[in-house]
Amino acid sequence: MKCGIVVFPGSNCDHDVYHVLNHVLGQETTFLWHQETSLEGCELVVLPGGFSYGDYLRAGSMAAHSPIMAAVRRHAEVGGRVLGICNGFQMLLETGLLPGAMRRNRDLRFLSVDVHLRVERDDLVYCSNYRCGDVLRMPIAHAEGNYVDTEEALDELERRGQVVFRYADASGQLEPGANLNGSERAIAGICNAGGNVLGLMPHPERCAEEMLGNRDGLGLLAGAVAAADGRVGALAAAGG
Amino acid sequence: MARVLVYPRAEVLDPQGRAIEDALGRIGFDGVRRIRAGKSFEVALEAEDERQATEAVDRMCRQLLANPIVEDYTVEWVSE
Repeated sequence: MKCGIVVFPGSNCDHDVYHVLNHVLGQETTFLWHQETSLEGCELVVLPGGFSYGDYLRAGSMAAHSPIMAAVRRHAEVGGRVLGICNGFQMLLETGLLPGAMRRNRDLRFLSVDVHLRVERDDLVYCSNYRCGDVLRMPIAHAEGNYVDTEEALDELERRGQVVFRYADASGQLEPGANLNGSERAIAGICNAGGNVLGLMPHPERCAEEMLGNRDGLGLLAGAVAAADGRVGALAAAGG
Repeated sequence: MARVLVYPRAEVLDPQGRAIEDALGRIGFDGVRRIRAGKSFEVALEAEDERQATEAVDRMCRQLLANPIVEDYTVEWVSE
């Protein structure tokens, strides 16, 4: 699957995602500069982590108005896959492709630690290598990851099953202590109603190889490039 | 010139305001009931008339300067 990684001034996880998609999963992968207006035929668009525009104003708010975002929006609206990681998730919220907003972390600290995530959906292509209830360990690295929306909007999000990952403890229990940034309902990742747009704060690209001591994130990126009907995706091809 | 004030909505937890509140208490300001930390923007712009200027600033606020999900904004007009 042709993959495009959008590069903004201040992106710093773009090469990590490239490495996993191209070198680990063997996908044709290209960088897309934020000033471009075409996705060059990419089927999967990744908005990577980093500090686009220095996180001025609000994290992701300036990037949300970059020229390429119009093309990303059109791609998403016709069912194309868009994956936003960390700063990319913040962009998806700022563009309105996903609902909600981010606040500063509850304790105002930049958090750079491993967390545990409980998988809440396994019928999305992104989660085709996981099962509901699976617990994944992934690193987070952010200052604004404290997810919020109105109570009604959160209820609607739950009702539609758009919560994909929640912060949990190692056994999958939703403990307040496991929700380090203070996100409402321990939300770590959500999708749109169609399931083709996914945003999450943790970094799957930083835990996708055995050499790094953790490959829990590989399944997500393999799912992102899996054929729509393929449950296993490219993970098997990667030595899975 | 427009002065735009953006604050976290009253029902939204404001971790920055809370931290400043605590700090003020620590240095002896006991009477502080609440702090909300916001942002302000000065917007100098050209427009046909007052109505057009007001509309433009309002659109700026909704599209970029504020995030309506978590923030409220007010606009004041001041002389440059």
